[in-house]
Amino acid sequence: MDYFDIFISILGSAVRLSIPLLFTALAGLFSERAGIFDIGLEGKMLASAFAAACVAYWTGNAWFGLLGGIGVSIVFSFVHGFASITNRGNQIVSGVALNFVAAGLTIVLGQAWFRQGGRTGQVPPEGRFSSIVLPGADMMRDVPIIGPLYANVISGNNILTYIAFLMVPISWWVLYRTRFGLRLRAVGENPGAVDTAGISVAWMRYRSLIVAGFLCGFAGTYLSIAQSAAFINNMSAGKGYIALAALIFAKWKPVPVMLACLLFGFLDAFANFMQGKSMPLIGEVPVQIFQALPYILTCVLLAGFIGTARPPKAGGVPYTKER
Amino acid sequence: MSLDSPKEPAIELVGIDKKFGTVHANKNINLTVAKGSIHGIIGENGAGKSTLMSILYGFYQADHGEIRISGKPVTIRDSQAAIAVGIGMVHQHFMLVENFTVLENVMLGAEGGQLLAKGVASARKELKRLEDDYGLEVDPDGIIEELPVGSQQRVEILKALYRGADILILDEPTGVLTPPEADHLFKVLRVLRDQGKTIILITHKLREIMAITDTVSVMRRGEMVATRKTAETTVEELAELMVGRRVLLHVEKGAANPGAVLMSVRNLTVKDSRGVTMVDDVSFDVRAGEIVGIAGVAGNGQSELLEAIAGIRKPSSGEIFIDGKPVAGVDPAGLRDLGLAHIPEDRHHMGLVLKFEEYENSILGYHRDPRYGRGPFLDLDAMRKDAEEKIAKYDIRPPNPRLRTANFSGGNQQKIVVAREIERDPKMLIIGQPTRGVDIGAIEFIHKRIIEMRDAGKAVLLVSVELDEIRSLSDRILVMFAGKIVGEKSGEAGEQTLGLMMAGIAA
Amino acid sequence: MSTASVPLPAWINYGLIPLLNLILAFFFSGLVVWAIGESPFEALQLLLVGALGRGEGIGFTLFYTTSFIFTGLSVAVAIHAGLFNIGSEGQAYLGGLGAALVALAMDSYVPWYVTMPFAVIGAALFGAACAAIPAWLQAKRGSHIVITTIMFNFIVSSLMNYMLVRLLIVPGKMAPETRTFLPGGQLPKLDWLIAMFGGKIGAAPFNFSFLIALVMCFLVWVLIWRTKLGYEMRTLGISPTAASYAGIRYSRIVMITMLISGGLAGMMALNPVMGASARLQIEFVGGAGFVGIAVSLMGRNHPAGIILAALLFGILYQGGAELSFDMPGITRDMIVVIQGMVILFAGALEYMLRPSIVRLYQQLTGK
Repeated sequence: MDYFDIFISILGSAVRLSIPLLFTALAGLFSERAGIFDIGLEGKMLASAFAAACVAYWTGNAWFGLLGGIGVSIVFSFVHGFASITNRGNQIVSGVALNFVAAGLTIVLGQAWFRQGGRTGQVPPEGRFSSIVLPGADMMRDVPIIGPLYANVISGNNILTYIAFLMVPISWWVLYRTRFGLRLRAVGENPGAVDTAGISVAWMRYRSLIVAGFLCGFAGTYLSIAQSAAFINNMSAGKGYIALAALIFAKWKPVPVMLACLLFGFLDAFANFMQGKSMPLIGEVPVQIFQALPYILTCVLLAGFIGTARPPKAGGVPYTKER
Repeated sequence: MSLDSPKEPAIELVGIDKKFGTVHANKNINLTVAKGSIHGIIGENGAGKSTLMSILYGFYQADHGEIRISGKPVTIRDSQAAIAVGIGMVHQHFMLVENFTVLENVMLGAEGGQLLAKGVASARKELKRLEDDYGLEVDPDGIIEELPVGSQQRVEILKALYRGADILILDEPTGVLTPPEADHLFKVLRVLRDQGKTIILITHKLREIMAITDTVSVMRRGEMVATRKTAETTVEELAELMVGRRVLLHVEKGAANPGAVLMSVRNLTVKDSRGVTMVDDVSFDVRAGEIVGIAGVAGNGQSELLEAIAGIRKPSSGEIFIDGKPVAGVDPAGLRDLGLAHIPEDRHHMGLVLKFEEYENSILGYHRDPRYGRGPFLDLDAMRKDAEEKIAKYDIRPPNPRLRTANFSGGNQQKIVVAREIERDPKMLIIGQPTRGVDIGAIEFIHKRIIEMRDAGKAVLLVSVELDEIRSLSDRILVMFAGKIVGEKSGEAGEQTLGLMMAGIAA
Repeated sequence: MSTASVPLPAWINYGLIPLLNLILAFFFSGLVVWAIGESPFEALQLLLVGALGRGEGIGFTLFYTTSFIFTGLSVAVAIHAGLFNIGSEGQAYLGGLGAALVALAMDSYVPWYVTMPFAVIGAALFGAACAAIPAWLQAKRGSHIVITTIMFNFIVSSLMNYMLVRLLIVPGKMAPETRTFLPGGQLPKLDWLIAMFGGKIGAAPFNFSFLIALVMCFLVWVLIWRTKLGYEMRTLGISPTAASYAGIRYSRIVMITMLISGGLAGMMALNPVMGASARLQIEFVGGAGFVGIAVSLMGRNHPAGIILAALLFGILYQGGAELSFDMPGITRDMIVVIQGMVILFAGALEYMLRPSIVRLYQQLTGK
């Protein structure tokens, strides 16, 4: 393999690895722009991965699996909303709690239902999202540069991948071009302004959490029935937190969110590739550096060394009317 | 409380009553406001004005009573309902999204459809019309946080008008404005009235009431105590109604006996967190045995000046000397060691930790003093004994050092701060708004303590937005306007003279 | 709204409400057990017997309790200064490195009681070091400490992974762990303490670090309520503006608080690393740092409350492990669910019941 082929293959795997991050970071975008911190992204992703695998296993239909994943993710969003919006509880604590509940419940239920040590049953092929070969991919394969890029990176992904990238402009459009988006951004900056404009702050925030749950459901579904064929213990493996890092790294904006997720996906793919290989001059580079890099980069950004990240002003603060 | 008015009423409040726990914020309020008039509601802080207006705007529900708009009884459950019956509100703290444009803020909640694109064009047109009709000029594409405060307030008014408000409530609208901005606001309000809008102006400033309102109602301790035609009343009458007895703000004090300069400020410039210059090249001295008062409309840099002298805010240039030593950049703890005591403007956020027990607050800032414990430790018994002594001496009620500070009344809370700062026997005392939200009895007590400090040869710097307070306590008065000291007068200077200087008109 | 300001007697605030929240958490956990076809009451009974029935069970329970006391104190100290440290997990992990390095260096030369003070310092220093950068970022650059401490959990995890897989691993072995410490690098078991109550410790790793944890509880209590530093921390935690007025330096307090918090988290490593497995293993913290959040919340950030809450979670951990032996339908992860429910009801939903209790209280007292 020459360097270009290696690059293409890493790129292809980077795209695949970035999809769950992208869905989850966009989910975080909606809830955090509405002023609700969402540490529970990790748990939502895990729970929806489990639900999607179960439903797909039982029905043999990937789309039903997706619905199951989305449904459970939205239920988690509601619990988060009930705690942090209705009862004005601490959003971080609520998120931590949901992560625990998801981590425990998926294994307990998985064991009770499938008896495979926390795995679900193997999902049949029709219950999974398989890769789609785009028209002309084989014909283009021999065209230099563009050909392999098209055939191996752009083509050959499953439908959720394309939906993920479609969600980026849609999210942008919703946030910046619709009434819903205007109100959502306003409620994350100054809920008082929204309240005095006669709009319910609580309902606005609930709705943003529903959107977050919806998007997170795709992420979990992707993990269990697109990228693999079953649910495995703790299969989100901290991706929810990387997505959170990507969201911050992207300064809470949709298009940069996509770029940050691709970057973090690329780091992941590169780490996998570098496993056990040595680089010219440097020698063997520990893969742990690549694993830690997304978090290090985010801290460097937060420190204000790369521009300034301005989080939504009302983030993390339960809304109470002033007396 | 009906006033024989030629016009029909826009709003009638009948028997409005509201309690918060044990606090009776509004007691059986009756009020009628005529259509096309400017009606002032005046009262001290905590008199219940804001609560009443919040009920009218649907932020709270009254426990009892009825609201009628144009004669029809209405129920106002939330802001949406208030907007629907034509009420608009300009809040004291603006309800604006700071990183949005003016247009986005105006449209928020009245977007005209699911998609923004549709509403934007018509909103733009409507804004232009409102601008032309009422003289409310503001750039629709300007970002709120980049606009001056006066413009931000205009956006608030525009928001209300855009929603078709016929009744406009303004809550302490001039507190944050410079005098020219306030003048501009009044001009706009007159235009609005002449075009048939009804305006309710909430304020505690008598001057404003006299200048702009047609009728005025006075609130005191949750009750509506009087309603007058503005033309038929006087400042003195209103002031008396506000406080409930003849205002006796004249404090017994002898002539000052100024000694050496203890504190001097030279060419001090202070910027706020946004980088706006709030104190602009200010210089003055304070001598031992005198009270120097700084008069001015709130927001003209007095707060920042105080904070800079107290070491809380870093000056961007200039120098502060205490006993001839330069101290700019020294932190509040270091300044306390040099004998500077500070009674801050805002006791809730600065002077006290409301969740602490009383005795814990009575050492705030002096907690490192060995008398409250050796080495790194605190001696709780010593702290409590000290607190009990102060409680007795300052008649703080209830006399319980273990009570949570939040459970004391405003006057008693202020006494906790005053006792703490004065009992240290400092050389210099700087004071911000010593009697804000404090009952009359405590005001007299605190004023006496301040004079005693002066007579004991301390240097006292006093900042207050209450001109009467400044005049009755100060030996010299400096007037601050737009960050500068625009003039100095003796303590006997007339209200008129000072008022003109505070408005930036005369020097 | 109006009920929030109504004062309630302490026994309701600190006794009844937490208890009711706990009951709710167990009720919903019970629903899960019931849903998978097991009896919740039998499960609860097995859990309690497993945790407290025998000396060995109690030994395990107190072993877990020890870890949770450390991490609970770590979270609580930070909360008093208004800082939410969710990096106790990573700080404990790095603390393990500190403890292990001391043990590896000293165990063949000196007895355990000589090693111990150095190990305590080593663990605390490494834990504090892990908290130092997030603290500095918060103090000087204004970066949100919640986010930076999360990031550091992962950064530390990668670092420790590297250390164990590449540097500390015993050559020729597969498991990424250090060599086993000699007795000079181990903390002795507290079998005599269990024996005093007539139990046998058996295989339980209940060890000397429990006593260190209790000492830390006392020291934290002294720090928060009896020292000038604690006074400054509490002032900053409640009112940053009052703190600046009082001449309390923000960045100084943030740094000191986080170093103490990180140090306490780091000391947690003494318990599993030197007290139980006598070696540094990968992922040995196993979520104890996050449990510390729950422990601190339930214990109302007070050392006495933290001991009780840590004991509760200790019972859950040990009882849950026993439960999974006796009820094969329930895996050990059931305790993770219960833990999540407790954090949810006692933490995030702590105010849920308050309004109704206030109303009930007012009716009963006729106010």
